Amino acid sequence: MTQTDMPRNALVSIADLSFAYDSDNGNRKVLDGINMTIPRGKVVAIMGGSGCGKTTLLRLIGGQLRPSRGAVTVDGKVVHEMDDKGLYALRRRMGMLFQFGALFTDMSVFDNIAFPMREHTNLPEELIRDLVLMKLHAVGLRGAAQLMPSELSGGMARRVALARAVALDPMLIMYDEPFAGLDPISLGVVGQLIRRLTDALGASSIVVTHDVVASLKIVDYVYFVSEGRIVAEGTADEMIHSNIAFVKQFINAEADGPVPFHYPAVDYRQELFGSP
Amino acid sequence: MTTSPAHFFRAFGNRINNGIWHLGFASRFMLAILLHSGMALRRFPLVIREIYFTGVMSLIVILVSGLFVGMVLALQGYDTLQRYGSSEALGVLVALSLVRELGPVVAGLLFASRAGSAVTAEIGLMKATEQLSAMEMMAVNPIARVVAPRFWGGVISMPLLAALFSAMGILGGYLVGVQLIGVDEGSFWSQMQSSVDFREDILNGVIKSFVFGILVSLIAVFEGYDSEPTAEGVSSATTRTVVTSSLVILFADFILTALMFRG
Repeated sequence: MTQTDMPRNALVSIADLSFAYDSDNGNRKVLDGINMTIPRGKVVAIMGGSGCGKTTLLRLIGGQLRPSRGAVTVDGKVVHEMDDKGLYALRRRMGMLFQFGALFTDMSVFDNIAFPMREHTNLPEELIRDLVLMKLHAVGLRGAAQLMPSELSGGMARRVALARAVALDPMLIMYDEPFAGLDPISLGVVGQLIRRLTDALGASSIVVTHDVVASLKIVDYVYFVSEGRIVAEGTADEMIHSNIAFVKQFINAEADGPVPFHYPAVDYRQELFGSP
Repeated sequence: MTTSPAHFFRAFGNRINNGIWHLGFASRFMLAILLHSGMALRRFPLVIREIYFTGVMSLIVILVSGLFVGMVLALQGYDTLQRYGSSEALGVLVALSLVRELGPVVAGLLFASRAGSAVTAEIGLMKATEQLSAMEMMAVNPIARVVAPRFWGGVISMPLLAALFSAMGILGGYLVGVQLIGVDEGSFWSQMQSSVDFREDILNGVIKSFVFGILVSLIAVFEGYDSEPTAEGVSSATTRTVVTSSLVILFADFILTALMFRG
């Protein structure tokens, strides 16, 4: 895909993207023909049940995996066609928040946030100190700078990881399940931070989540993914009032619907009583 | 349920395939470490930190073991030597056994179980908690930033530890042989001095410990990097580090000894 095919304000555009993991018993298809656009300056949510390929999608955007078909284009460049150098240059302009923070456990909170700055810039240590304190202040944890990651609660760790993800003022921030395992207060705080940081940096955000309530409050656009395909898309409002069965089941948290309650199995009666 | 011969052969073939694949992967991994060592060696504080964790933290076990091995050598050696009336050669026996063999080998085995396992567990856990992925996404190569410093830390520590092990062993031999049993102190040291050759014995011992350092460090970082990102995966990778390192040390020791002391 060339740059001209992309909508002009799109930062990330995904065209006909498929991905399959190699396994012992053939290929396991995770994504199948995904088309998506992430406009600049917007927060886009990718929602779907656990194991529907959302995290894989983020890894494809970050170039950690190669697609089996289709392409991801970030800022006009096709990710899987880049060499290592180009990919690393691109990643310097991306921030990623991992599901459980993925903080470096052998470094203090301060050093965690200073890490990308020290690796990629030649800034003097005093300036790095000020920058780190500013990032920490933005997530409300300036007082926790000297703590070790093991001393943080889940919500605090997520906020520190968020500060680290935006350490180099990226153009694209990706969040992998930022709300998983958080109490309601932390959840609200993290949600607000995602919105605020995106707006303040003028960046784009991709939030991969299954938390409907927290994310619909802060996102501009939503894609619903199920079994590797996009089943619905629209603004948060459109999704809340959507008539699509999958979206309704997801938003209202119903146990049964297009996503079945039962894992595929042989007939129940037959399993219990044997073949007739 | 699935014990047909076809299944057996398939599993057997799979194992061999896997083994070869792993060996190839390990070689490529070693190459990647060497290619990315420039950064680790330029930012030497990173390596020094690892020398502290692998080398300095292994000191106690190495020094205490060295002392006891030397003491036992003196007891056993004296018992045999005095039958032939040459108990004053005790110093030579203790020194040669330690410098040529026991120093590098036992220090290597201890190093594998103390430091190698720790490195594997650390890298494995960093992988399991996505710290390595996070580093990659920050455009920092984990092989350059995490693996290479740990590899070089081990490679540098190991010969030093082996030397300290031998030194402590000789001290232990002196304590038991001279102070406890009463072998003549003058002949204990002078015979050692005249019989231990710098090139033949000491240098060869250092080469051995250097080779063991490379092998153990490579196995430790590889097993950690290659581990399954789960609790069981990390624990079995740690076990594999200790078992594989020990076997490889003993095997390499045989080969090196055969090459070095042919005459």
